[in-house]
Amino acid sequence: MTQSVTQPFLEVKDLKVHFNTDDGVVRSVDGLTFGLERGRTLGIVGESGSGKSVTSLGIMGIYNKRNADVTGEIWLDGQELVNASPESVRKLRGNKLAMIFQDPLSAMHPYYSVGKQIIEAYQVHHNVSNQVARKHAVDMLGRVGIPQPERRVDDYPHQFSGGMRQRAMIAMALVNDPQLLIADEPTTALDVTVQAQILDLMHTLQEEFNSALIVITHDLGVVAELADDVLVMYGGRCVEFGSATTIFDRPEHPYTWGLLGSMPRMDRPNLERLVPIPGLPPSLINLPTGCHFHPRCAYEPRTGGLGSTVTPELTRAGGTNHLVRCHLPTEERQRIWAQEVKPKLEAS
Amino acid sequence: MTDRNDPGAFDPGRDPSPAPVGGVPAPQSEPLLSVQGLEKHFPITKGVLRRTVGAVRAVDGIDFEVYKGETLGLVGESGCGKSTTGRLLTRLLEPTNGKIIFEGRDISHLGQGKLRPMRRDMQMIFQDPFSSLNPRHTVGTIVGAPLRIQGVKTEHGIKRAVQDLLKLVGLNPEHYNRYPHEFSGGQRQRIGIARTLALRPKMIVADEPVSALDVSIQAQVVNLLDDLQTDFGLTYVFIAHDLSVVRHISNRVAVMYLGKVVEIADRDTLYVSPRHPYTVALLSAVPVPDPRRRDRAQRERVLLTGDVPSPIDPPSGCRFRTRCWKAQEICATEEPPLVPRLDDPVSHQTACHFPVVEGEAVAGRKPAGANA
Repeated sequence: MTQSVTQPFLEVKDLKVHFNTDDGVVRSVDGLTFGLERGRTLGIVGESGSGKSVTSLGIMGIYNKRNADVTGEIWLDGQELVNASPESVRKLRGNKLAMIFQDPLSAMHPYYSVGKQIIEAYQVHHNVSNQVARKHAVDMLGRVGIPQPERRVDDYPHQFSGGMRQRAMIAMALVNDPQLLIADEPTTALDVTVQAQILDLMHTLQEEFNSALIVITHDLGVVAELADDVLVMYGGRCVEFGSATTIFDRPEHPYTWGLLGSMPRMDRPNLERLVPIPGLPPSLINLPTGCHFHPRCAYEPRTGGLGSTVTPELTRAGGTNHLVRCHLPTEERQRIWAQEVKPKLEAS
Repeated sequence: MTDRNDPGAFDPGRDPSPAPVGGVPAPQSEPLLSVQGLEKHFPITKGVLRRTVGAVRAVDGIDFEVYKGETLGLVGESGCGKSTTGRLLTRLLEPTNGKIIFEGRDISHLGQGKLRPMRRDMQMIFQDPFSSLNPRHTVGTIVGAPLRIQGVKTEHGIKRAVQDLLKLVGLNPEHYNRYPHEFSGGQRQRIGIARTLALRPKMIVADEPVSALDVSIQAQVVNLLDDLQTDFGLTYVFIAHDLSVVRHISNRVAVMYLGKVVEIADRDTLYVSPRHPYTVALLSAVPVPDPRRRDRAQRERVLLTGDVPSPIDPPSGCRFRTRCWKAQEICATEEPPLVPRLDDPVSHQTACHFPVVEGEAVAGRKPAGANA
């Protein structure tokens, strides 16, 4: 996204992940471009089927080559990943780039103790003795806030509570000091008080490790809490990109407005009614022509028929480093947000 | 949102209750449902002989009332007993102890036969729209089932009644012959709602009705539930873990922790001046969708340590004391009753020996007070 001379730490260029199925080609990710620096957090927001999780699998290189068709470029610290050999990507995975999954119970192996799994993750990339690796694992568990780590290291995943398991998962992801960490719905399976603990932990750890962090979530509250930049996905494409304050204060895409209007907010007077997005998210096999969002967009008639025929490009919008994929002119979008949408969301 | 026909057009032979005015009912009005000392213990058995070795005390003595036309929100974290409570209210489970009084009648231990006529008046919406609809039945069969089972006479036949119901919840009546798998999650939840409405119930217990749905669909379903309440004068018991959704939809809110109601109050009171430390912590934990408030939210957040204790062997006295920053000796020995604290009105009850005062410094954070 940033077209600067120096390449960002992570740069994704025109990433496409298509799956060939019996029903047709599923265009899960269809031309995604963004950049991310170390120490920064990018939040990727979208609903189910918007392609946000597939993006992370694409970056991690964990897809089945037989039915997934991945094109584009992913540059991590000067190294290209999409066309790299599986061997070289494997060396990076778990080492330079790591991932935290949504459901720690199914992401961990039930037959091995938590400690053993962390030790394995460490030894794959470090040629050290079991004792050294174990010491490292205990140390990591302590750092993510697991009490009595030297005792709990030998416990099995089922002996941990949901919050503890997610902490252990984070410990496992961080054990090799990764430079890029991808968290896919890291708190969705957790209760709200535990979620607060985990968000707090991720915040502290990121400052400590200075890694680049991608948080994938459907929860705008979590995004507001963690992200510096926000990327809104719809139907496999980025529809809006900007800093967190821009996205929450001056969003310009009708879909982002819809997301904000759909969400009851505890920091505002109670709304009489929510303002939902009509209709259903599109099927990724049979995407609408033109702008993917046009069948659900209330402002589509104002584009003069462009919405249903021409695919809009991601272009500069009002905020700094702010990109929007919409046919409406910037001034018009800003006017609609300020005069038509925002008052509805703030009225009590 | 979607075009809904005139509610009068559909009539399975009963008068609709008058719609409430203004939302919050007068507290002195007769409760529709009243729960007294309700308990549900699930036995833990062991060995071939299935000896009882203990019990999961899922719901352990709760009292509350639900008034006609209101929405009572029931919130709490997983394992607090809110879903079990919902299943007890609709008598899908039989209580171990205590009473459930619906419209003046004790239904706590009624048998299946005697319960059946009651089921017309209380229905349930389930969380998972994928497992709560029979995949082998068409939508028409599913939505019409309550009418057939109850033997309701419909003016233009069951098919017509079902199609009216589908229209009412914003589905295409022509989809009568389709199967559940042909619908998305949000549409399936609408099918479930149509089914609960078939008998024109007085009360609907909704157990996490929107938590499995995407944000934009969630808002559609919340608005639908809102509209139906106004049109049919429904009473809701809304069970959810999402505090923002509960605030949006409820008139009164009860907070549960480990099988007990720890605080109950009308919505605005509870969200603005919570008394129970657990409620304070719960409210402060909700992420605020405003990046500029991030630092403030984090500073004001009460981070609870540890996890919820096991309901098999709950702590003595106050159940929250093991994670509470205000706990003292008395909390371990004496269980605090659910009564109004400080200068609270009768409608605001808290089960805590040391209720939180507005503006009080809470567990190493700056004075609370603006928790809303």
